[in-house]
Order: sequence, then C-alpha cells, then structure tokens
Amino acid sequence: MGMTLAEKILAAHAGLKVFPGQLIRVPVDLVLANDITAPIAIREFERIGVRKVFDRSRVVLVADHFAPNKDIQSAEQCKVMRDFARAQQLTHYYDVGIMGIEHVLLPEQGLVLPGDLVIGADSHTCTYGALGAFATGMGSTDIAAAMASGQTWLKVPQTIKFIYHGQLLSWVGGKDLILHAIGHIGVDGALYAAVEFSGEAVDALSMAGRFTMANMAIEAGAKAGLFHVDEKTRAYIQPRARREYTVYESDSDVAYARVIEMDASQIEPQVAFPHLPENTRPLSQVNHVPIDQVVIGSCTNGWLEDLQVAARVLAGRQVHRDVRCIVIPATQTIYLEAVRQGLVETFVEAGAVVSTPTCGPCLGGYMGVLAAGERAIATTNRNFRGRMGHPESEVYLAGPAVAAASAVLGRIGGPQEV
Amino acid sequence: MLKGKVWKYGDNVDTDAIIPACYLNLSTGEELAWHCMENLDPAFAQEVQPGDIIVATTNFGCGSSREHAPLAIKGAGVSCVIAETFARIFYRNAINIGLPILECPEAVTGTDAGQTLEVELETGTIRNLDTGQVFQAAPYPPFMVDIISAGGLIEFTRKELTT
Repeated sequence: MGMTLAEKILAAHAGLKVFPGQLIRVPVDLVLANDITAPIAIREFERIGVRKVFDRSRVVLVADHFAPNKDIQSAEQCKVMRDFARAQQLTHYYDVGIMGIEHVLLPEQGLVLPGDLVIGADSHTCTYGALGAFATGMGSTDIAAAMASGQTWLKVPQTIKFIYHGQLLSWVGGKDLILHAIGHIGVDGALYAAVEFSGEAVDALSMAGRFTMANMAIEAGAKAGLFHVDEKTRAYIQPRARREYTVYESDSDVAYARVIEMDASQIEPQVAFPHLPENTRPLSQVNHVPIDQVVIGSCTNGWLEDLQVAARVLAGRQVHRDVRCIVIPATQTIYLEAVRQGLVETFVEAGAVVSTPTCGPCLGGYMGVLAAGERAIATTNRNFRGRMGHPESEVYLAGPAVAAASAVLGRIGGPQEV
Repeated sequence: MLKGKVWKYGDNVDTDAIIPACYLNLSTGEELAWHCMENLDPAFAQEVQPGDIIVATTNFGCGSSREHAPLAIKGAGVSCVIAETFARIFYRNAINIGLPILECPEAVTGTDAGQTLEVELETGTIRNLDTGQVFQAAPYPPFMVDIISAGGLIEFTRKELTT
C-alpha cells in the first residue's frame, strides 16, 4: 500500500514508516507565532527553563494581527514579542515596515519550501500546503514547546482527496472552489484529516488560488490542505528558495479515506452566508442582500492576484455610497507592486480605502469593525457570529470578484452585474 | 472527582463564540474569563460557578488556534468540557494547558442543561446525578496520558529537556 503526500512528509521527518492514526514525535522545519499567540507562547517558553530557542533561524515571529498597534494592550503584546525576538536574536522577526500577513509573508520570503514540516500558532498555518509542505496550526503552548525542543507530536492524519475535473467558469477562483468544498463536506467534514487537492481545474489555478484553497482547509476542520508540486510551484519557489528542499508525491496505490470528484465547470462564484463557512450558495441563488462594508484582503485573499481581480471590477466604477470598501494588500511587497501597477490608484479613485497590511478586520480587531445590524461581504475566511465586530452583525464570505462587484452594487452581486 | 452544573451548547461552538477576538489583547485566564461565551450566551460569564461543566455536541472549539479559548474556559472555573467531538486544535490546546476534556456522545445525549454531573477523569466515568445514568468516555491514548500526568505540555517538555 502506498503513502499519501502528507504521510510521506511526516515519515521523512519522523524517520519511520507511518500510518494514519499513529502518534509520532517529529522535528519541525519552522515554528511560527504572531502578536496575539506569541505572548502566551513566550510566557510558556520561559517556564520550560531553557535559555535559547532551538534554532534562531527557524522561529518566525510576525506582528500582523493587531499591528500597527490598535491599542495600548496590543502595543504591550507586540513589545513582549519584539523584546523576545531581539533577546533571542531571531533571524526572521517581522515588525511594522517589513511585516505582512504571516501566511502570505512566509511563502513570499521563501521561508517555507516543498516537503517542509511547519507548525504555527495560527489556525491558517495550513496555507503552506499549497507548496507541497505539511503545515498545521496549533496553540501557543505547542509552539512554546517546539521553540524549545524543535519537535512536536502529531497524529498522522487520514487523507481526503478532492479532484476537480474540467475548466473553471470566468470569475471563479480558488476561493469559490474551497467555499464550495466546505459547503459540500461541512465545517467538520475533514476533522483531523489532511485534504489533498488535485485535478485539471486545480492545476490551472495560479499559486495565489492554491494558497487560498489550502488556507481554508481548516474551515472544514482539516489538519492540512496539500497540493502537489508542479511547474507553477517551482516557478514560485525558484527565486525565493535559499536552501535545499524535497518534493514528495502521493503514490498511485493510496487508500484515501474518501475521494470526492467535482466538475469544476459547474461551480459558480460562491457566497457563504452567516454564521458558518459551510452555509454556501452559488451566486445565482443569492437574493437581495444589501451590504454596509466590503473587505478585500486577509491571509486568504490578500495576494496580488486578488487585488488585480478586484481592480478589474472596480476600474472606472464607484463604490456604492452606502458602502465602505476596505482593501488590504497582505504584504509590503504586494502593496508596493499594487502601487506600481496602478491598482491602488484604481481603488482610491473608486472610493475604496487601502490599508497597510494587517489581519485587522478579519477577526473584528480593528480597521473595519462592524456595528450591530451591519452586514459585510469579505474575502476573509470566517463568518462566525461576531467575527467582524458586534455579535448582531453579519459576514458573508466570497472571492475578490464578487466582493468588489458587491461594493459597486451596494448589495451582494457578481462582476457581470456591474 | 469533578462535580458541577451543566451548561449545554450545540454544534460548532467556535472560538469567536468562546472568546471574541477583540479580547485577544488579553492573555490570562482570569481576564479572559469575564468575556467567555459572550457572543453565544452572555449569562455564562456572570453565572458560571467553579466546577461547572460545559457539555456540547459536535466540533466544539472550531476555528482559531487561540489558546485564549481554553484559557478563558479554565479561567471561568469550568472543571471539564464534554463533547461528542472537538475541533483538533482546541483538543490539543486543552490537553496542553490542563483543561480536562472528554469525548462521550452518550453523555452529551443523556444530559440536559442545569443537571449535575460527576466526572472521574482517571477512568473517564461520567455520572448524571439527576438521572442516575452512568456514561463511559473514550480513554486518552497513552502518549497523551504522559502529558496529562506530567501536568501539561510545558512540564512534560521541561522534564524532557532539562533532565
């Protein structure tokens, strides 16, 4: 019996032949935390009683959630992280000016490569699976232990395989495929499992679209969302990689826990209704839903390509006067490129605002918090009750094309309607 | 032996329900406890008593990796969470910080809000004192027992690295 991509990466790290359900101790390639999870991780690290992190070039800290600091407490939390990064002389500490949203920043900086095993104190760490790495989110205490030991424990997951046949319709992207998948299997449909995405529609996706899909694997409860390495992956990695890496492939005779085949040509742009990402509907079945705010950004859809899609929709048009439209490039590099390509000009002329990179509104932190009764459509990843602010506000999830079109329409709608 | 009154919730109690993100600028269980379950059940933080037990159906703790969620529950004095299933990261976090959690679908079905449960963690035995019913939770894998008996992951790691 062959092994899946996830099993091969875990086996290579554990130095064992592994099987689903097995508990293993494994060395990790990279350990990540951010300004809300690092302070607890640092507090717990200090209780362990070792002086230094296991490898100062393999612990990555990013100030992105409440940075630039939203209030005094957030400033204190960032300071805890900053002081620790300096004391430990961490190679990869990203503060305001060089920081970006962690899950876009790390691949962009070449810190995650195919075959890596990465753990991060953030649930969307699974994003890196788009590179053929095994990456999974954990809590602060797990990260503290790994910062000290360079190891973690894992249960080897079963793998669920999604195969997308056919070609994507226009304005349909990675976000629509993953929302559709979550709608199909539910928010716990992949609990404890790894998810593997394949098929010609997925092969046709850009890296940004693949990162978006891997990013939201957690919204189906998955431990990891993985893609195989192809020419697009290599082209993305090539200018960034500063060390050797190993490409793994699933064997052909693998016993998947489940194989789900989809005809991608039948998948419309998707919208997830409140208050769960599984409440998806094709755009054609969305009735009149007026909105107050649009957010285009986040670790899910803050990639340059997402901004390009939004700009194509917004160019020469105006954001509806009852709507606040907030655009957030995920990293400084993407921001600068958006300036150079004239995207920022397009957004500002349309009446949107463009923010410095931050997770801010996605989790109701700041930079676009909703009042009671308000409704937003966002390219973010969660629409739980109160996620973007008041518990009586609502968040609808969609890709950048639908979000940008909705900003113009003042209600949820698609690019063909503007 | 743990004993407490039951707070019962449904499927997919997410981490934003357990502790809204606007409070993630706090990091101790005591501070976080004041806002525990705020978006789902505003009465919880006001009325929860030390030892009380949360009982929920499937996928409890889904969403974010924020350890603030189990910290808030532990800080509120909750002695144990029993669910049909837990979201993966929440499960790890709870074990790591020493918040007892048990998977037991039968106990969830057989328990109503406001009833009193008695839980014996060592054996996984759950007793509903109102109905007299007894339930048996799934045992922890041996590796996890090592972490729990060390007093949490930090103590486990300290032992490993410093001895």
